Amino acid sequence: MGEVEVKLLGSWMSPFVRRVQWALKLKGVTYEYLEEDLKKKSPRLLNYNPIHKKIPVLVIDGKPIAESPVIIEFIDDMWKHNPILPIDPYERSVARFWAKFIDEKLSNVVRMALFSEGEEQEKAVKESIESFEIVERELFKEKTLIGAGEGIGYLEIILGSFCTWLPAIEEGAGFKVFDSNKFPLVNKWMTDFLELSIVKEDLPPRDRLVSYFQQIRHFVLATKK
Amino acid sequence: MAEEVKLFGLWGSPFSRRVEIALKIKGVKYEYIEDDLQNKSALLLKYNPVHKKVPVLLHNGKPIAESLVLLEYIDETWEGNPNLPPDPYERAQARFWAKFIDEKCLPALWKALFGEESEQEKAMEEALQNLKMLEKELKDKRLFGGGGGGGGGGGEESIGLVDIAANFIAYWVGIIQEAVGAEILNRERFPVLYKWIDELLSCSVIRENLPPRDKMLAYFISRVQAAKASK
Repeated sequence: MGEVEVKLLGSWMSPFVRRVQWALKLKGVTYEYLEEDLKKKSPRLLNYNPIHKKIPVLVIDGKPIAESPVIIEFIDDMWKHNPILPIDPYERSVARFWAKFIDEKLSNVVRMALFSEGEEQEKAVKESIESFEIVERELFKEKTLIGAGEGIGYLEIILGSFCTWLPAIEEGAGFKVFDSNKFPLVNKWMTDFLELSIVKEDLPPRDRLVSYFQQIRHFVLATKK
Repeated sequence: MAEEVKLFGLWGSPFSRRVEIALKIKGVKYEYIEDDLQNKSALLLKYNPVHKKVPVLLHNGKPIAESLVLLEYIDETWEGNPNLPPDPYERAQARFWAKFIDEKCLPALWKALFGEESEQEKAMEEALQNLKMLEKELKDKRLFGGGGGGGGGGGEESIGLVDIAANFIAYWVGIIQEAVGAEILNRERFPVLYKWIDELLSCSVIRENLPPRDKMLAYFISRVQAAKASK
């Protein structure tokens, strides 16, 4: 099979972009990284993702793919070695189920908490905590997640990217969702996850992320009024 | 070992019907169990403790939930008549649009039809925009396609993931519009989408796996009346 030209439109501060970078790294795929300024979206970004106007966007021989879970599945379909999703269809369905839950009930809800205040923020924080309770109770029931040292797959990428970014979002926005005492299983898993070299290298500095989330929160709240 | 396939569903749910369509296209034999919403059956709570919702598929005792997850599971488990194409890029596009339908189209449509009055206008605008984007994606295809043979003649050969995922748009929206007295989807505004609706509903596997129109309409009318009464 011939070489394909791979580009990734991203932003240093996005956990969703990080997911795609981990996936590409796992496959050993060479790609060109293009940093996008989200305050002033480029014609390139708008051309490649006219529907959502968001990053990440993977561009394969000039053809774009958007939405991080879709991109990761594409990467797995395209390069067959070092599979990212489980092989067994049932295990794949479990991984997809939880990936969807994490994005809809954690990522999205935490974003709402980041960009709201007062009662609206309280509600989002409460919902996020409830979602973590479900993850602690249900996800860790079976051996669904790969343990530390065994590697990193689809669900680990999805959950791990969110959990890695969460402390900076919490600090930037001034709320608390993740109590490590309340969620010991998630906490243990996260601690081990952060030790993986693929995760550790190139993580944006915490204070830079906190500062970013503080600023973006301020900006969004100001424009809401 | 005999294969055991059970589907917990709801007669009026588009999500439940998606799974039935996918199973039927593959020719998979399954036992259908209607969920009684009033008394969420103990079985449903056992098999979908996270969402407590249908559809849930039980395959040899193992439960799977979430209709789009199920469509992929069905494609990967049973041979023949795939709903996703083999090319990785085309698969990605199909997944992208199915996600767009569930995360953007359906919530906007629902809000435009049932939301608080204060939200409706904005939701309507969003719904129209989303439908335009979806229509644009159809281009000159009869179906969103990507499938590999739904049996029979006509468009059935290429019913794909996106066609199945868009069932709410093809069938439920028209019924709900009538029940609430709104008009978002009409032939003048969306001629290409309507051609797709006609094509999709002409496929017997789709048509035979939709709730009866009059029963569905009666359900939504009573829902609207109940909402008015509670104000």
